[in-house]
Amino acid sequence: MDAVKYVQEQYARENTLPEFRAGDNIIVAYKIVEGDKFRIQEYRGDVLQIKGHGATKTFTVRKISNGIGVERIFPFSSPNIDSIKVLRHGKVRRARLFYLRELVGKKARIREKSKY
Amino acid sequence: MTSVFDATGKNVACTIVLAGPCTVTQVKTEETDGYTATQLAFGQRNEKNVTKPMAGHFAKAGITSATEIVEFREFPLVDKVLGDTVTADEVFEAGDKVNVIGTSKGKGFQGVVKRHNFRGVNDATHGQHNRLRSPGSIGAASYPAKVFKGMRMGGQDGNRRVKTMNLEIVRVFPEKNLVLVKGALPGPKGSTVIIQK
Repeated sequence: MDAVKYVQEQYARENTLPEFRAGDNIIVAYKIVEGDKFRIQEYRGDVLQIKGHGATKTFTVRKISNGIGVERIFPFSSPNIDSIKVLRHGKVRRARLFYLRELVGKKARIREKSKY
Repeated sequence: MTSVFDATGKNVACTIVLAGPCTVTQVKTEETDGYTATQLAFGQRNEKNVTKPMAGHFAKAGITSATEIVEFREFPLVDKVLGDTVTADEVFEAGDKVNVIGTSKGKGFQGVVKRHNFRGVNDATHGQHNRLRSPGSIGAASYPAKVFKGMRMGGQDGNRRVKTMNLEIVRVFPEKNLVLVKGALPGPKGSTVIIQK
């Protein structure tokens, strides 16, 4: 396991991303590479879960796009994440919000945390 | 295994291999052995578990024990002599294509569906009740009156020598003798593999 740790440390980047948790509403600015140019696309949604640790740590963001639920998994160590903006901290009682998948409309809302 | 991001931002799944330091324990030449090869030893074991013949063999190279001894024909570092140390960065560099040989994970006695990717009987109805994963016919009757050799049947699956070919070396860490190989390698975690260039 030491070897895995060592290799991950060699690839580790300075963490410039803000802290967020499951239930938070965030905007991920993601670099989309087109040929030799890239543009930045924003993806806004609720964080469903934070999974893993080290270089393979990821987070899942869910949003409703044109009435259809979309989930996207981002690795924390991805060089293609330009920035992350935390819009609001949600008040949730669990770490993995998979129950949101079953809910639509007003029920799928997450209340905002008053104190963070 | 772990995953790293390459220069183009792609996430590449990699396996980490400790590749050295190895010691040259024998150099075989055309005159003495009829072919040329270099024998490398890797690892350490408790000295009481080293047999006397092997201890003598290791002593010639200046080491006391090894867990693995492998012979390589057409070894790229021809100027290495008996007792020399071979490190990962001397042999490998990023971008090399290698073959990796290992012993696959043992699966025990398995049926034909898992072992040979047979489909079994696809129906649970239409008269089938106890043969969902059965092999089906294994041949004709009075002619040839035998089952042909090599007929695929159930049996031991896994735990055999497997070679995975044409894997890419993503990066070499010379200070720790680690090699990062793209993709999965045969065998369980912590097992021994042979990397051929």
